[in-house]
Amino acid sequence: MQVTSRHFKDGAHEALQDKDIQTAFSKVKTGFSVARAARVEELPEFDDLRDTAVDIKNHVIENLDYYLEYFEDQVLLQGGKVHWCNTYAEARDAVLEICREADAKTVTKGKSMITEEMALNDFLSEQGIEPIETDLGEYIIQLAHEYPSHIIAPALHKTKDQVTELFHVKHQKYGLTERQTDPQALVNEARNVLREKYVAADVGITGANFLIAETGSTVIVTNEGNGDLTQSLPDTHIAVASIEKIVPTLEDASTMMRLLARSATGQEMSVYTTFSTGPRRKDDIDGPAKFHVILLDSGRSELIGTDKQDLLRCLKCGACMNHCPVYQAVGGHSYGWVYPGPIGAALNPQMVGLEEARHLPNASTFCGRCEEVCPVRIPLPKIMRHWREKSFETQVTPKPERWGIGLWAFFAKRPALYRMITRCGAMALRIAAGKKGRINSLPMMGGWTSVRDLPAPQGKTFMDQWKQQKRGNS
Amino acid sequence: MSARDKILGRIRHNLGRGPLDEEAATLVRDRIAGHKRNLVPARTSISHGRQVNLLQDKLEALAATVVRVPSLKEVPGEVRDYLSNHNLPSQIKMSPSPSMDDIPWGDVPMLEIARGAAVITDEVSITPAFAAIAETGTLCMASGLDTPSTLNFLPENHIVVLKTSDIQGSFEDVWDRLRQKFGEAEMPRTVNFISGPSRTADIEQQLIMGAHGPRRLHIVIVEDEQKA
Repeated sequence: MQVTSRHFKDGAHEALQDKDIQTAFSKVKTGFSVARAARVEELPEFDDLRDTAVDIKNHVIENLDYYLEYFEDQVLLQGGKVHWCNTYAEARDAVLEICREADAKTVTKGKSMITEEMALNDFLSEQGIEPIETDLGEYIIQLAHEYPSHIIAPALHKTKDQVTELFHVKHQKYGLTERQTDPQALVNEARNVLREKYVAADVGITGANFLIAETGSTVIVTNEGNGDLTQSLPDTHIAVASIEKIVPTLEDASTMMRLLARSATGQEMSVYTTFSTGPRRKDDIDGPAKFHVILLDSGRSELIGTDKQDLLRCLKCGACMNHCPVYQAVGGHSYGWVYPGPIGAALNPQMVGLEEARHLPNASTFCGRCEEVCPVRIPLPKIMRHWREKSFETQVTPKPERWGIGLWAFFAKRPALYRMITRCGAMALRIAAGKKGRINSLPMMGGWTSVRDLPAPQGKTFMDQWKQQKRGNS
Repeated sequence: MSARDKILGRIRHNLGRGPLDEEAATLVRDRIAGHKRNLVPARTSISHGRQVNLLQDKLEALAATVVRVPSLKEVPGEVRDYLSNHNLPSQIKMSPSPSMDDIPWGDVPMLEIARGAAVITDEVSITPAFAAIAETGTLCMASGLDTPSTLNFLPENHIVVLKTSDIQGSFEDVWDRLRQKFGEAEMPRTVNFISGPSRTADIEQQLIMGAHGPRRLHIVIVEDEQKA
């Protein structure tokens, strides 16, 4: 999809002024986060399960080539097909070829972040194939020509009133002319519209939360049941997955399942978890006749052996964003690409380039909540710090910022000088603030003073007070 | 070079090795074939009777409804009552599964039962379950020639006939059961785990039932084991 991460600061600024965004995103604190805490409390083994999951994922990455080949063999044995793709373009072409073979006019889609990465919907539309998102949130943003602002609640930024207007305009063509304002009525209306689409679609495309090497199965997790209708009614099912989604066995999958929904929405299990293995069997009376798996790399393999390899453990649960004070303040769209929040800040520079995404690793207070709640213990703040360092080293950071940091480093390496300067600085600020004790504009500090006053330092510097106390104590 | 070779080559290069040697490959193969259990939550290590209770509690907490009957004989009457309590039509689409033939449907002549996969106009489905998992209140449905999976999703109302002997403690118990029935490393085309009726919170994070799958999920638990 179109990357707009370089405009992070502007996007964040706008989001902070937007009342609807502020209401919507602050709700994850009382919704998802509270529910997660309750589920974790109920499961005394939760932390041990996290450790097990880390071990499983690390083991898979160490043997990823073998597991991928093993998985492929199992899919073939069950009568499915595997398509290996290096890039988004290769993956789009593979999907298109399958759609052409199926003579597809419409395809239904389950929620899939990887097809967002691929910008698959725009591509299919250009090729004359109509993609229809079936997850309610994805359906809403598809109608609005927007993109997800949260990886598990893609339409988090939309208000009910906006959905009312959207459906009112877009559903006229189905003869649905009444304006629905009740959430239940809105859900019913979408349900009725999409029902026909499931049946009419020639191809159903889903993502995959897991790939099981043992059995060649792909696994999807939903609460709505849309993914299941998407993959069981059309004649062809395509599962699109990135290469790191592999787990060795069904037992390993159950360990991951115990973590995923608890971390994501604070449910013990999402309502529907579905294992799909090959196409429909000889005597089956429903299910797709053709089963394809797209295995997409697109930058993942390049993380192996780097200080960012831990990112490959990600289950895409969204817990990090649900607990991130920055995400809650600036919303999902500011991040400018598929993955917002801490996982986006750590992953997007790899996926879209550091130059484009350099602001994202800076959009963190390093409070550490993301790492604390990550079910697979990804050291997100550490990875963001690596990106900051790289940004500085490779001169992606603009010159004034680099000079500023260089200047600071010069003094920081000379403690006596540093203390003298801070002492003088504190005094100067105190004088500048006058009786008010606050400063409302300061050269080169516009980023701070444009939205709030800078309180003037009170009393002595920390180091002076420290020394004084030590003397007093001895 | 094919995309496959490029991807595998990149992975190996970044892992600093070539393809796994035979010894290492055997370890991985054995790990898969051994499919050892990882940590299983202790909450499932309880008597079977308590597992049945746990399943019921969990399902009810997930907004499903549950009734327990002493034998298959009572199932048709339960279904009739359920349909009339919810003002539902008496036309039902039922799995062709032979396990449903043991139920004396003829005792309640008002039920109009058709057998087969679901179509868009079906309002009520009745299916058996392959198993159920007490740990989380989860039904397990295995697709097959007489258990089409569309019945689990398309109708607005889904009634499940579940035998107590099919109720298991954990997911791991169900994996063993699947392997026992279908063979090692074999799976039916579709295995659905279902934990309650369909729902969404995509409009202002407000929970609404019946998004795309069934709005109502009703489970009739049938005692089919001798009480100890």
